[in-house]
Amino acid sequence: MTVSEKDVEQLAFFSRLDLTAEDKAAYTKSLNTILDYLAMLKELDTGAVEPAAHVLPVKNVFREDSLRQGLERELALANAPEVEEGAFVVPRIV
Amino acid sequence: MSRYEAVIGLEVHVELKTETKLFCGCSTEFGQAPNTQVCPVCLGLPGSTGVLNKKVVELAARAGLALNCKIGAYTWFDRKNYYYPDLPKGFQISQVFRPIAYQGYLDIEVDGRDKRINITRAHIEEDPGKLVHSSGSIMTSSSSFVDYNRSGMPLIEIVSEPELRSGAEAKAYLEKLKAILEYTGVSDVKMEQGSLRCDANVSVRPAGTAALGTKTEIKNMNSFRAVQRAIEYEVDRQIDVLEDGDRVVQETRAWDENKGITMSMRSKENPDYRCFIEQEVSPIELSDEWIEDLRVTIPELPDARRKRLVAEHGLPAYDAGVITSSLSLAEFFDATLEKFPDAKKISNWIMGELLRLLNARGMELGESKITPAGLASLLKLIEKGSISNKIGKEVFEAMFQEGKEPAQIVKEKGLSQISDEGQLTQIIAEVIDKNPKSVADFQSGKEQAIGFLVGQVMKATRGQANPGVVNAMLREKLAE
Repeated sequence: MTVSEKDVEQLAFFSRLDLTAEDKAAYTKSLNTILDYLAMLKELDTGAVEPAAHVLPVKNVFREDSLRQGLERELALANAPEVEEGAFVVPRIV
Repeated sequence: MSRYEAVIGLEVHVELKTETKLFCGCSTEFGQAPNTQVCPVCLGLPGSTGVLNKKVVELAARAGLALNCKIGAYTWFDRKNYYYPDLPKGFQISQVFRPIAYQGYLDIEVDGRDKRINITRAHIEEDPGKLVHSSGSIMTSSSSFVDYNRSGMPLIEIVSEPELRSGAEAKAYLEKLKAILEYTGVSDVKMEQGSLRCDANVSVRPAGTAALGTKTEIKNMNSFRAVQRAIEYEVDRQIDVLEDGDRVVQETRAWDENKGITMSMRSKENPDYRCFIEQEVSPIELSDEWIEDLRVTIPELPDARRKRLVAEHGLPAYDAGVITSSLSLAEFFDATLEKFPDAKKISNWIMGELLRLLNARGMELGESKITPAGLASLLKLIEKGSISNKIGKEVFEAMFQEGKEPAQIVKEKGLSQISDEGQLTQIIAEVIDKNPKSVADFQSGKEQAIGFLVGQVMKATRGQANPGVVNAMLREKLAE
């Protein structure tokens, strides 16, 4: 599996990253190096191994349905660039 | 017969009835001031990790069981990645690959025909926050306000197979789904508060063909009636497009309730959500024993209850269907029946007066002051002849609003039926004096003239006379 510069552009868009032409070339190269390295896993015979949904053998870690004090509104909004009537204000969406 | 067939699938989001959110202890209460039910987890602050609410797993599994689904013995959560301001983490935690419930069904009846609608899956996911746009519409707003109180509230998304064929079938499916979820106690299912929301996938194809047409997704429907209307409009629109030789565009469309049309919101190419397994929340293993423990907590469901009302109390199937369409109504019926053993009379009053007043005022049964004991007392007063059926309706409305005992209302308003012959004798004499022509007609054999005279007495007593007594007294007087 290899990635093209087009794939990298798409990934950059998803991550809202603005990449220069040199960046794109560099990331395409390094991502392919990583994929090449991981490709060695394909040499293993995994026929008898259960597919893993999780890396750790944990299950059913629950909490009870009981209320816990959250953040005061002032604190919740402390990092918002703009606030109005207790709400986060965001610029035009579409 | 139309040359086209509609193919409709519904995606229904239901908020589960928990005290706290899916992964944190913030309150799920509706209608609080913006951003007062938030914490680092549901705000997606860096370094925060949530822990799964056990109640959510149990409610979701119960919903799945009530919808005849298989329950996944081993399921987990996944991340669905996309950017939108109502989604603080940049991904939604959902169950993409292994839903907790799958392959179920529910049965509907439309125009006297039974139909089974298969349910593809029901999975757990978190609700995003709520957006309010500065000028009302997202298209014209220069900014939007974000309230994260709803962020992280527990939802199940229930996806039907595309087996619905009309707006009426879609509405029947939603009504049945709502009743089942209400009976099972998994959700408040209040569409007006957003605890039940529905999107519809709609396409059309030439009748008798199997390939699916291009579908559109319809959003922004705020009632079951709106879902039906929006689907009917959209089906007609797509048929017109095809008849004109054009192609249906795959897109998301919004229902405009006032104009009664759907409008294009955005084109929808298959978005790339880059889903992968959520590693910070543990997988769920539901043992057979746990599933059985949940299965026994499921109460009698609407269809079974409807059949029981018909079989045990002789109610017409229609009445039983109306009464069992909501758990609160069915419980109200049962409780009234314990104190007044005439099922049909009770059902008449529930379907007539009670539902009429609730619908007219847009109220839920719990918001009115009427009680089963109150209705039973009222029906006893009518049966004894203390008040007429007509006055009973007036008393019922007062009980609905004020919650007083019917006997007290009758007394306070002086509504007691006049059966006392002494009181009526004088009024009857006056009516006979004032209406010589009707008297002569009756005496010459025109039987129907008596009806007019009874009516005059009723009018003079403002409806409080007992019509049977009046009729008998008039006949006796006129025979003299």
